[in-house]
Amino acid sequence: MNAGTRNFQPSALDNRSVLEVRQGGLYCPAGDFYIDPLLPADRALITHAHGDHARIGSRTYLTAREGEELLRARLGEQAAIQGLPYNERLRIGDVTVSFHPSGHILGSAQIRLERAGEVWVVSGDYKLAHDPTCAPFEPVRCHTFVTESTFGLPIFRWSDPDETLAQIRHWWRENREAGRASILFAYPVGKSQRLLSALDETEGPLVYFEGVERINQVYRASGVPLPYSAQTQDFSQALIVGSANLHGSPWARRFGAGASTAFASGWMRIRGARRRRSLDRGFVMSDHADWPGLQTAIAATGAETIWVTHGYVGPMVRWLTEQGKRAVPVELALPESQAADAEVAE
Amino acid sequence: MKAFAELYAALDRTTKTNAKVDALKRYLAVAAPEDAAWAVNFLIGRRPKRLLESRKLAQWAMEEAGVPDWLFAECYHAVGDFAETIALLLPPAEQSSPLPLHHWIENRLLPLRDANDETRRRTLAAAWRELDEGQRFAWNKLITGEFRVGVSQTLVVRAVAEASGIAPEAMAHRLMGEWQPTAEFWRALVAHDTRDTDISRPYPFCLAYPLEGDVAALGDPAGWQIEWKWDGIRAQLIRRQWQTFLWSRGEELITARFPEIDALGAQLPEGTVIDGEIMPWKDGAPLPFAQMQRRIGRKVLGQKILADVPVVLVAYDLLEVNGEDIRERPLELRRASLESIAPPNSALVLSPVVREPSWETLGALRQQSRERKVEGFMLKRLGSPYRVGRKRGDWWKWKIDPYSVDCVLIYAQPGNGRRASLFTDYTFGVWDEGKLVPFAKAYSGLTDEEIREVDAFVRRNTLEKFGPVHAVKPELVFELAFEGIQRSPRHRSGIAVRFPRMARWRRDKAPADADSLDTIRSLLPQ
Repeated sequence: MNAGTRNFQPSALDNRSVLEVRQGGLYCPAGDFYIDPLLPADRALITHAHGDHARIGSRTYLTAREGEELLRARLGEQAAIQGLPYNERLRIGDVTVSFHPSGHILGSAQIRLERAGEVWVVSGDYKLAHDPTCAPFEPVRCHTFVTESTFGLPIFRWSDPDETLAQIRHWWRENREAGRASILFAYPVGKSQRLLSALDETEGPLVYFEGVERINQVYRASGVPLPYSAQTQDFSQALIVGSANLHGSPWARRFGAGASTAFASGWMRIRGARRRRSLDRGFVMSDHADWPGLQTAIAATGAETIWVTHGYVGPMVRWLTEQGKRAVPVELALPESQAADAEVAE
Repeated sequence: MKAFAELYAALDRTTKTNAKVDALKRYLAVAAPEDAAWAVNFLIGRRPKRLLESRKLAQWAMEEAGVPDWLFAECYHAVGDFAETIALLLPPAEQSSPLPLHHWIENRLLPLRDANDETRRRTLAAAWRELDEGQRFAWNKLITGEFRVGVSQTLVVRAVAEASGIAPEAMAHRLMGEWQPTAEFWRALVAHDTRDTDISRPYPFCLAYPLEGDVAALGDPAGWQIEWKWDGIRAQLIRRQWQTFLWSRGEELITARFPEIDALGAQLPEGTVIDGEIMPWKDGAPLPFAQMQRRIGRKVLGQKILADVPVVLVAYDLLEVNGEDIRERPLELRRASLESIAPPNSALVLSPVVREPSWETLGALRQQSRERKVEGFMLKRLGSPYRVGRKRGDWWKWKIDPYSVDCVLIYAQPGNGRRASLFTDYTFGVWDEGKLVPFAKAYSGLTDEEIREVDAFVRRNTLEKFGPVHAVKPELVFELAFEGIQRSPRHRSGIAVRFPRMARWRRDKAPADADSLDTIRSLLPQ
């Protein structure tokens, strides 16, 4: 959707510039580090533990203290990870660095960079909606804001998450009454835990895909209470949680041909996205900001310059420009992998 | 409107036919007769004449939503559905309308047609404000008329039939022709008096499987009745109680569209049912099917088109004689009866039986199919009954291979519905004087996996954009299969093909290996 922006890279950076775009991703020359590097780096600052932001192979990692264990669970025990508590400042080279909650998943952070009075903030992924499994998004004032734009079109507007959760519980109840299993597909890191925190194991057995339970344990260890998986072979009353790529797999088929399938994702806002996957239901629930959320967050930073990356970059840049802001498209992933990545990571 | 919006959502939510039928039945069980009549009216694809231009609808929706037109276009490309894009863009709903469907249609929707633009704009803005998001979507769908929820006429007929306890064939017949969606119509539709419908009832069609493997495995050709496979419209002609009914395979009553065959009905003995193929026919031979398409498209059949493209019924089976169902009698006896009742010098042409000593000579004859404007042979086992539906063993179609050419992908555009925001609609080019000229469009034939691959290719290799259409680097070669070919002044290549689809992705070929327009011209009938 954002073809045509590809050739525009921020250039002619003046001396107030704190970050530049390199092949390996967002690079800070004054501190000699990358943020969410695309290629292995000497020093990587990580906004959060999702695979499209935290990649293996860098020599050292710095992330928010609150997200350290989750990052370790993703990268492996051998990764050299240092945690810095939210809001605490650390000097790296000529830059002062701090992490601030982004409300995306457990331990997710915006990274604030300050050099000679010039403040830049890299949003990572973020949402403004309520989520009991992570610290809420905190607006940070800055001169330049690097924002994600995964759902950067005005058709993406989320309703109150409690309403969506009520729809999910209602769907589960209907399925229980009909004696069929409910398979809820959701991203196993973050989204699954957000959903589970709102579900009640006394209503029926909860069954998790292994990858989900592994992340649950990290959340529980971090003080987020989550219901436990049931030991059952009768799935007719069960709610089963697994990642979306399991749809149609042998794992999903063992819950019976009559099982009802649903996907919890921001992409479910579009009927075509649900129908393409042959799902029975699509629940619109995202860990990313919707269009109004993106506008609110951008305005709250007070930034004069907005770098836009990930997702609907072109439309967002044009919109911000028409609103009188200085907006710059930043292409950070190989173009062909972008759409696919975004859909899986949601 | 609440119940109808929920019905729409329920139909949209599932791909299972039974679940769709159940959702419809649940709706019909509680709907007022006038609401049920309107719902069925829209779901079987009947729609009011053009109410207003989509461009205006979009314009007013953009004003309400406060988005510029370029952003609306971006959103539409992501969503792939016009009514849905508007519903998603409008400001959050603050209320939900308790008013019934017929009120919304009769008092709000239909008056739009004759209103001036200012009134239309005010009506639409007010409607959007009164409706919740699901209702807005259904309302927009009523206006644009493009329902696309995977509900066929047959499925609606089945649901209404089951809900009312009336046989589906009778219900199909009652929903044919002209009717007004009113409470009175609905009451008559579901009434248990079936006197008027039984005589029209067709038999289920017997269908053939494509022949797989070696034809010699069928044994001696003398054990088979062999006919040409006609490329027309499969139909059943019924003459009962001095009335004529002509049904298509889609169980559509098409008598009025073929006056020649309606007249043929009057020449048949009372209590006759014939299975055959409606064919455009002149001077004892078929006309190209494209001629038939000219005729099918018309609402009113003038003298000229009737004279240019007359039709006949190429008859191949007899299912009822003297009011008696003879489907269980052996094929050769049914054929003999058919020959005995065929009126001379009429619009009935007996499908000739081809007799050859061996499969080899038949195979050679089959090579003439294209010149004869047929699709190959039909092989029917002697002694077999007329079966219901598609059964393996007694009827085989032995078709000729489709035409095929290698072309290069030159344009791509996103699909609709479940293929929204994926590039699935392709235009292919062939070589002409060193340039690739557009030759055909195709949408089907690739696996989902291949579609994703092509989609990624298009995103990486877009050279230029014309609205939603992307011109792409000419690199991918596909084998296109199609059934028919003819000259066409309306196409840039001068050629139109029938049923083009992608037979194979030729990863082994480079664009230079694709076919040329000259090669394709040589396929044109002389």
